[in-house]
Amino acid sequence: MIRRVLPHGLGRGLLTRRPGTRRGGFSLDWDGKVSEIKKKIKSILPGTPCDVLPDTSHLPPEHSDVVVVGGGVLGLSVAYWLKQLENRRGGMRVLVVERDHTYSQASTGLSVGGICQQFSLPENIQLSLFSASFLRNINEYLAVTNAPPLDLQFNPSGYLLLASEKDAAAMESNVKVQKQEGAKVCLMSPDQLRNKFPWINTEGVALASYGMENEGWFDPWCLLHGLRQKLMSMGVFFCQGEVTRFVTSSQRMMTTDDEMVTLKSIHEVHVKMDHSLEYQPVECAIVINAAGAWSAQIAALAGIGKGPPGTLQGTKLPVEPRKRYVYVWHCPQGPGLETPLVADTSGAYFRREGLGSNYLGGRSPAEVSRVGWDMLARRHRIIVMKESGFWPGSVCFVHPQVQTAWAGYYDYNTFDQNGVVGPHPLVVNMYFATGFSGHGLQQAPGVGRAVAEMILEGSFQTIDLSPFLFNRFYLGEKTQENNIM
Amino acid sequence: MAAPWVSLRLVAPMWNGTRGIHRLGGAVVPEGNQKKERKMLQFLNNHFYDVEALRGYLLQREMSKVHLKNRSFTWLEEQHGPYSAGAFFILKQGGAVKFRDKEWIRPDKYGHSSPEFWNFREVPVEAVDASDCEINYEGLDNLLLLKELQSLSLQRCPHVDDWCLSRLYPLADSLQELSLAGCPRVSERGLACLHHLQNLRRLDISDLPAVSNPGLTQILVEEMLPNCQVVGVDWAEGLKLGPEEQPQDTASPVPA
Repeated sequence: MIRRVLPHGLGRGLLTRRPGTRRGGFSLDWDGKVSEIKKKIKSILPGTPCDVLPDTSHLPPEHSDVVVVGGGVLGLSVAYWLKQLENRRGGMRVLVVERDHTYSQASTGLSVGGICQQFSLPENIQLSLFSASFLRNINEYLAVTNAPPLDLQFNPSGYLLLASEKDAAAMESNVKVQKQEGAKVCLMSPDQLRNKFPWINTEGVALASYGMENEGWFDPWCLLHGLRQKLMSMGVFFCQGEVTRFVTSSQRMMTTDDEMVTLKSIHEVHVKMDHSLEYQPVECAIVINAAGAWSAQIAALAGIGKGPPGTLQGTKLPVEPRKRYVYVWHCPQGPGLETPLVADTSGAYFRREGLGSNYLGGRSPAEVSRVGWDMLARRHRIIVMKESGFWPGSVCFVHPQVQTAWAGYYDYNTFDQNGVVGPHPLVVNMYFATGFSGHGLQQAPGVGRAVAEMILEGSFQTIDLSPFLFNRFYLGEKTQENNIM
Repeated sequence: MAAPWVSLRLVAPMWNGTRGIHRLGGAVVPEGNQKKERKMLQFLNNHFYDVEALRGYLLQREMSKVHLKNRSFTWLEEQHGPYSAGAFFILKQGGAVKFRDKEWIRPDKYGHSSPEFWNFREVPVEAVDASDCEINYEGLDNLLLLKELQSLSLQRCPHVDDWCLSRLYPLADSLQELSLAGCPRVSERGLACLHHLQNLRRLDISDLPAVSNPGLTQILVEEMLPNCQVVGVDWAEGLKLGPEEQPQDTASPVPA
């Protein structure tokens, strides 16, 4: 009010005098004084950005109990179960480091999203069954107050695997194991197949196994988003950056056979920011390698595989990226609403997409194909279905038109195409959750829980994943799926 | 412990909650009031940990209540046979049961029902009316004990979703009539796994808010179940015809 009065008074003329001008030499610059006082008060009060210190909001914290390398569905699942199973709320600080927060090359987002229990290993079946019950009750597991419930868009249409004569015996024994573990799978003869799905050409098909419950496909983005949301509400730190270095400390110990072994332990992780040389060293107790197709790089940073070949020190992590294409085509007279995900012994598969006669499918190539570390190229490969042998005559698509296609990486385990779970014998605080060769999405909840149990309790509690430990690469014991997918 | 009015206000409604569904038939809350309440609730939730924790706790309590209602009555099944156990489950939920050659048994307003069905050990249950019941995936364990069920009505059940529909295939031999009208969680993906029920003669899929394209879904379901009469949407609902554009009749001659 005084300020408004003053100019008014000045404008009046020289008759009114400003207060304080009587004493010469003391000019009260009231406006300036008030704004200075305001600035001072603002800088003292909390909640304002202080310009003195640099902004470090993009950097990860300096200390963290667990660092999860890789923010895909496996990494987030491990982080979720670590926070869920910790003994005390806020007892663990978990940091998830993800190089690309758009997930443009991550296998999770590019996945077809199927879940099925038709494996031959009991562990895989158990993992899938648990994941199905996790997805079914996802709004109880990943409930966040104030957030809308998650809609996974789950299609419970099941998987249909077709086997020729030579694979029929294997399929029968597989179904027996699956039924023992509690999966709802049934065998169908070619006649029953023709009855149920008249659009299948059963020439060359000797036996089929059909999953009735807990099998189908869903939206992987929704799961990823739900996990991220829940993790943020549980207080997990997220950082966008790349892990460039592990600082380890070694200890030489003697085994019972009087051999000297060097045990390493990672105590610092260097996380480098995008498009800059800036990095932050994060002190940590445990590192989880959930980097998917790039897990071998992370393992090499920790010194896994640096040693004479044939020894435990020289055993590398045999996970590499394999490119897989998925095509979407439109076929107006195609199979109807009841179509399950049909997969063949040749590795080709397809499923319905939506209500509008669109189908998506692909084929895992039989031959070994190396792929470079470059960007995934999206090429629309127009395939003529019958000529190139894409579909071996089982389903006849009349006049298909390829609409779009995309490619993604499998974190392919070249040793036995099954996951690597658990700690490394020499780098004692690195845990793996990778190498699932196309099944990572459907086994993520179960694997996350298993790794969290391993870290918190010291052993697998619910599902025993000892056949998936790292040791098998050195001992040469393959845990292979006797399966066609 | 918590007064009933607290649970009404603070529980985040799941799919508009059972109370929301029931409220549709009862008194109508003015829209403006509801929005203000919700905004106030969200503001409190975002600014106070206590409110968030309390809401989380109440939500967990609601969910565990539903789980308790859907527990499996295996002991009852051993004692009195599958039909009586299944019937008890339905009656406890608030539904109605019809044994073969008997009258409909419904619970009265206090939730009690006549104990005569305990004597019907060998009599199969023919029809079940589970409208507005809180049956979910686990509760179907008890429902599937009724092997010779012919008519099932799951109208307006708030927890029946696509997973539950995929579990109905054991009833394929006997089920002839199924009604899913008004279930808020059933979508076209769940309807796709009804193809196992080849003996179905009447299927009601009207008023399913989660189905994205009701007209097209009805056509596809009709193709999937050729012997079944699908009652639901008027298939022309999704089509937009201009006043001058009429559906062409194939019998009419082609204009020269």
